Amino acid sequence: MACDLWREKLDLYADGELPAPDAASLATHLRECSVCAAEALNRVQTKRALAIAGKRYQAPASLREKVRQSVSAPLPRQRRWAWSIPAVPALLVLILSLGVGFYVQRETARRQRVYSEVADLHVATLASASPVDVVSTDRHTVKPWFEGKIPFSFNLPELQGTDFTLVGGRVTYLGQMPGAQLIYRLRKHEISVFILQDRGDEDRVLPSGPLSTFSFTVESWTKNDLRYFVVGDVGPQDIQSLSKLLRDAA
Amino acid sequence: MQDRHLPAATFEELALPLFDQLYNFARWLTQDATEAEDLVQETYTKALRGFSGFQLGTNFRAWMFCILRNTFLTSRTGLKSADPDDTDMDSMPSPQPTPEAFLIQQADRAAVQQALERLPVPFREILLLCEVEEMSYEEIAEVLGIPIGTVMSRLYRARRALRAQLLEKFKGASHGV
Repeated sequence: MACDLWREKLDLYADGELPAPDAASLATHLRECSVCAAEALNRVQTKRALAIAGKRYQAPASLREKVRQSVSAPLPRQRRWAWSIPAVPALLVLILSLGVGFYVQRETARRQRVYSEVADLHVATLASASPVDVVSTDRHTVKPWFEGKIPFSFNLPELQGTDFTLVGGRVTYLGQMPGAQLIYRLRKHEISVFILQDRGDEDRVLPSGPLSTFSFTVESWTKNDLRYFVVGDVGPQDIQSLSKLLRDAA
Repeated sequence: MQDRHLPAATFEELALPLFDQLYNFARWLTQDATEAEDLVQETYTKALRGFSGFQLGTNFRAWMFCILRNTFLTSRTGLKSADPDDTDMDSMPSPQPTPEAFLIQQADRAAVQQALERLPVPFREILLLCEVEEMSYEEIAEVLGIPIGTVMSRLYRARRALRAQLLEKFKGASHGV
């Protein structure tokens, strides 16, 4: 290629705008042609001189500050709230889930607290020298024994034809309330049944249903203003069948 | 595409680093300190207002320079500067085929600045964008709102005009003027 054709490309070359294959060929030519090389050098020098000379003016600090403030100034109210429109449902969901989560967590904690108290009482009773104050397998003996000792009465189920046997009963206190504690036996396992007056206040409203905790199974319900707890180291099925017997009898 | 718009905090982050460049460019265009200040401030105000229309993925710097230039062109000083593609810039004195390396070496910084000052705005601005801002032809085309082919031809003529200015000054200096 003739030199004058290369010359036309020198500006593009110096500006870095010549496509790579052309730039490579031109670079080869520049190594061979001193005239074109001098021209190229001249372009680069001009560019450099302009770059230096062009960076001339320094803005006053006051202007920089003015601009900075105008740019970081809060946007009009309308704009600022625009983002929040899609965010509102998300926020509601967040609040709700937090609230529900908190409620569930609080309920679970309360349930755990009450149930562990019941389980403690059950263990303490079994560990004592005299677990029961009235020793009888006969519900017709046990039930009258509680009369005058607790401010309510209750019915106990007939255990004929079941694996459960009644061991006896004692007066107990749960949450500063007097109640009846009945001990049942199932295949060498003891099960406690607590019967208390249901105060009906929020604290006593416990979600019913079985709950396995500390290797004990606990079930609780209310019926006829009485609160029942069934706790023992047997499986949920056994607790449930005893619970059913108690519920049916009440 | 509402959600493609950048939040306000991002405008600040993008625009403030360009402050020095924009001021320098504004001062070159206006040739006046006060006018340059007003121009820069107006540019930032306009850009912030129009930022919601700025599309992500396009060149933010080119966009800012474009706003500044358009603002300048509608100002009193700017209206006096003519479009070189409408006027015959080729009528400017053409330099003799003097070895240019020699010319540039003779020309100190102040001389180049003076030569640049004397160039018509369209030549001055394209040289500043290309050499000082080191913009690509594509960016320059975006700022000036012209096709890339026009960028190349105008740049060519701007360089030739600058050389002519420098040559004139050099000749004058050599004659002891």
